[in-house]
Amino acid sequence: MSTVDQTYQRPKRGLGTTRLAGAGLLIFLGGFAIIGPAVIPFDPAAQDFGASLAPIGGDYLLGADHYGRSLLARLAHGARLSFGMAFLTMLAAAIPGVLFGLIAAWRGGWTERGFEFVATIVLALPGLMLVLLLLAFSPGNYGPLFLGLALTLWVEFYRVTKATTKTILSQPHIEAARMLGFGSRYILTHYVVPVITPMISTLAAFAMATAIIAVSTLSAISVGLQPPTPELGSMIVELLPYFAEAPMHVLLPAALIFLLVLALQLLAQGERA
Amino acid sequence: MAIKNFLLARLLQAGIVAIVVGALCFVLMRVLPGDAAMRIAAGRYGPDARIADAAEKVRLELGLDRPIAVQFIEWLGSLARFDLGHSLVTGRAVAHELQVQLGASVWLAVAALMLSLLIGPIVGLFGGLRPGGTADRVGLLGAVTFRAIPPFVLGLILMLVFSRQLGWLPPAGFGSPREILLPALTLALGLAAMSSRVTRNAVAAVARAPYFAFARYKGLPEAVVVRRHGLRNAAIPVVSYLGLQAIYLIEGVVVVESLFAYPGIGHALVHAIVERDVPMVQGTALAMGLMFVAIAAIVDLVTLWLDPRMRKIA
Repeated sequence: MSTVDQTYQRPKRGLGTTRLAGAGLLIFLGGFAIIGPAVIPFDPAAQDFGASLAPIGGDYLLGADHYGRSLLARLAHGARLSFGMAFLTMLAAAIPGVLFGLIAAWRGGWTERGFEFVATIVLALPGLMLVLLLLAFSPGNYGPLFLGLALTLWVEFYRVTKATTKTILSQPHIEAARMLGFGSRYILTHYVVPVITPMISTLAAFAMATAIIAVSTLSAISVGLQPPTPELGSMIVELLPYFAEAPMHVLLPAALIFLLVLALQLLAQGERA
Repeated sequence: MAIKNFLLARLLQAGIVAIVVGALCFVLMRVLPGDAAMRIAAGRYGPDARIADAAEKVRLELGLDRPIAVQFIEWLGSLARFDLGHSLVTGRAVAHELQVQLGASVWLAVAALMLSLLIGPIVGLFGGLRPGGTADRVGLLGAVTFRAIPPFVLGLILMLVFSRQLGWLPPAGFGSPREILLPALTLALGLAAMSSRVTRNAVAAVARAPYFAFARYKGLPEAVVVRRHGLRNAAIPVVSYLGLQAIYLIEGVVVVESLFAYPGIGHALVHAIVERDVPMVQGTALAMGLMFVAIAAIVDLVTLWLDPRMRKIA
């Protein structure tokens, strides 16, 4: 739930094999999540009790769950939900995080202290606790889940952006550029943005991995999104009682979560993973 | 001096935890549909015909008719006095319920931490002594895999393997060390996946360090070199990293307790949220938050003890 454990290291130039593998896996899963729900002709909520727990490879390509709902369709919709949720949360955390970080580094003084204070408050509790407390307001809804995740994840973007920008701004070549008469906008786009962009993209991949784990975990412990939403975490828990009859059905959504997170982590850090 | 500064920072953090949890729960209490006094009265005396009278008494007794700001200050005041109120569901004092659950959760957290310290640093040590060797690669593969598995999936897999297929351990429950093993192992594997890599890097850095080579050149036996110059220096990043792992541990405790039906605070918190039992939400969240701060404080102290340089900086 936290990106803090992945202490930042500058990614190597270019794509290593590990990052390439991560990118490839991510494109494949992303394609499944985006194109899948559009081309798979089954409704993820349509029940067919005749096909309850249908085996893999029969009428249903990946089988059907205990209500006879197509597992392929549910997996595709679940992947889209996880992916979409993670992407939106990442944007909602990254945009304010980077902006506040830049402002704090640029202005310093009370502005910086104000942002630092807010960050300290957010970091006082483990991230998941804050999400859980917000979820208490309306369990099972997207709103508090999204808000809580964005609220905990923006801090990391803010801190990395602020620290890096501060170091850059205190260097002599920035002073030289200022004295040559270049404006703030020029310094920002030519000296600051190129340095922070790779860091922010690494953090973004981690934030998405964190969000995917959090969303599935919360619905698995039944405080997140509720069934019948095709959510990967709740699919695992729903199918668990039928493990003896259909073990693969339980493992499929679990494997999908694992691969999504793995792809993002590989992409983010390559060999340091 | 430094110790005082560190502890002051942690005390401040504990204060912030209490205010954040208290404020959120105060708002939560007010926005829940229905009349708060009525709810509390129903929780205390059971819903019966004279509930409206009882609610009126509760309203006067608790001062629910006063301005919000006054109520909020009083809410925080009772938090400061550790008066956590009564559960809306069972009607018993929250503090009483927490006592039992806190013990269970602390045991789980300690067991998980100990297990992870048995697994992670040892795997890391072998990897770090010969970077790029087989042990290092196997360790890396394991770390990457276990980090990409969410704790609840890992818990389910362990449950399926060890209690369903092999029948060695009970899948749920509480009481004997056998029941704590699976949830603790779930958390420990996730923690070790992270700490093994930190240990590996720390050990590799120490093994390359000039002072390590010098200790050898001056003729110390290998065992003394590793013990006196290796372990302590390599332990510094591993221990300070435990501070960050406290986040994973606390979040994991919530998840894993719910999964294994382990009667700790995390389990109670999730239940309280589902039942919208605000005093219990507040009490359990507060206990988890303070546990987090306590772990961080202990890690601070151990780091200070291990690394005398920190005492000067702070």
